[in-house]
Amino acid sequence: MEKPRDPAASETDSEKLLPGSSSLAVLLIVFVTISMLVLFSIVRGGVGVVAEGEGGKVAFGPADVEGVDFDAGLIPGTEEASSDPDGGSFLVPAPPWSESGYFPCTECHADMDVNPERRELVEMHDDIELNHGPSDRWCLDCHNPDDRDVLRLVNGTQIPFEESYLLCGQCHGTIFRDWRQGIHGRRQGYWNGGKSYLLCAHCHDPHAPAFHTIEPLPPPVRPQYLAQAAPEEIEEIEEAPHE
Amino acid sequence: MSEKSIDRRTLMISAGLTTMAGISAAASGKSAGWMERLLKRRFVELSDARREEILAELEETCRKKFGRDDITVTDTPAMDGVEFAYGLDLSRCVGCRRCVYACVHENNQSRDPQIHWIRVLEMKKEHGIDLAESNIYYDPEEVPEPDSFYVPVACQQCRKPACTKVCPVKATWQEPDGIVVIDSDWCIGCRCCMSACPYGARHFNWTEPTIATDEINPDTHVFGNRPRPKGVVEKCTFCIQRTRKGRYPACVEICPVGARKFGNLLDEAGEMRYLMREKRVFVLKEELNTRPRFYYFYAT
Repeated sequence: MEKPRDPAASETDSEKLLPGSSSLAVLLIVFVTISMLVLFSIVRGGVGVVAEGEGGKVAFGPADVEGVDFDAGLIPGTEEASSDPDGGSFLVPAPPWSESGYFPCTECHADMDVNPERRELVEMHDDIELNHGPSDRWCLDCHNPDDRDVLRLVNGTQIPFEESYLLCGQCHGTIFRDWRQGIHGRRQGYWNGGKSYLLCAHCHDPHAPAFHTIEPLPPPVRPQYLAQAAPEEIEEIEEAPHE
Repeated sequence: MSEKSIDRRTLMISAGLTTMAGISAAASGKSAGWMERLLKRRFVELSDARREEILAELEETCRKKFGRDDITVTDTPAMDGVEFAYGLDLSRCVGCRRCVYACVHENNQSRDPQIHWIRVLEMKKEHGIDLAESNIYYDPEEVPEPDSFYVPVACQQCRKPACTKVCPVKATWQEPDGIVVIDSDWCIGCRCCMSACPYGARHFNWTEPTIATDEINPDTHVFGNRPRPKGVVEKCTFCIQRTRKGRYPACVEICPVGARKFGNLLDEAGEMRYLMREKRVFVLKEELNTRPRFYYFYAT
């Protein structure tokens, strides 16, 4: 006796052997997605694509940089100091005054009463923002009340503005030592002879000594944008027959 | 096969002869003249007159190429008792890249295509020194960014430079004052040294370098900032044209925060010795035993 074929069973067999329409659809979706991604990356420039607004797409040279003087020579006198046989002497440029015309201070302060009170400055020196160490710091901690043209150390010694590093060194001893040895601060001139240092106040505003952020010069050009730098020559190379 | 064995035998014989000659010379204490005759020295050192002539030729070539008659090519030799070393204070560096462009300005690098000898690596404070994660293309409005620190890298002037070992034509070597130089007339442009250098400090002139005539630095050294031709490798030389005359390198002088230090390592009282004594210095990739003369430190 022959068993009739079960149509339902045969259907399941065929489903097992061949992928159903649903899995075909899944494969199709995957295929389309991958090809879209590939096409998209080709259109955008492929590997190494750089996001909008990122640096390194254009090559800049020193001539394109504004505000930095690469040709600035040495301070006059540095050359002469280099021939000094005993060394040890170095040049320091004049102290930076907050505004030209302020010095000498005694022009105004000689006839004024000394007011050691901590207060808001209104008529003069209102541009000074005091942000240096403890909050009870005030002008006369460093400025000399009796003769405003000099500064005063805590032990009462009066020093000119040209030697203000002695004043800074009272608290910042390790930095002062490094500065004297040439490890802190900017030096110019001769490594084996005369050189110029800067005063602490040339780089740090004594009233608010924290460094301010500055604008960086442009980043180097990325390799994938280097080709744009000299297109004629690169064409020339590509066209040249290989040997 | 037979040719090779003959070669080896000849080599062995000549090596043996050299040793014997050396020993006998040392034993007898005779002048070097007969020894040289015995060894048949094949190389003659340049006479001073010929050296001057070559420099004049180079000068003439440079002057013609750039149309400027103030270009000078010197070969200032190393000073006696001088070994240069460099210090860089990472706690001061703000990543402003002034040094990068001062270097280009001083050393006549190609403006187009662009070559920079100094690369400033931006690193994240939370990761510490991690070369693989560093970024040289950072371009914020203002630096330093609070979460970053900056590590400028140029040639480390190694005491055991990998680059000079691999050069097949000996076009690059270490000078007595420690500067690793390249003779761009001798360089064949194989770029083996570039792949040997673990610091990425060597750069190749893929095309003819271009520099505007008025941007040339006319004060050049034959192994330093002399304008290079196409197809040669170039690198930082501690501004050999400046430092051999006693000046600080250009990058040291331009640094607005004074993070860069330079001096003579053999000078007991000099700033480099003070730095190495008082600060905790480190070198990049110490594990490679290249023994750089470029010391990084964090000053307090």
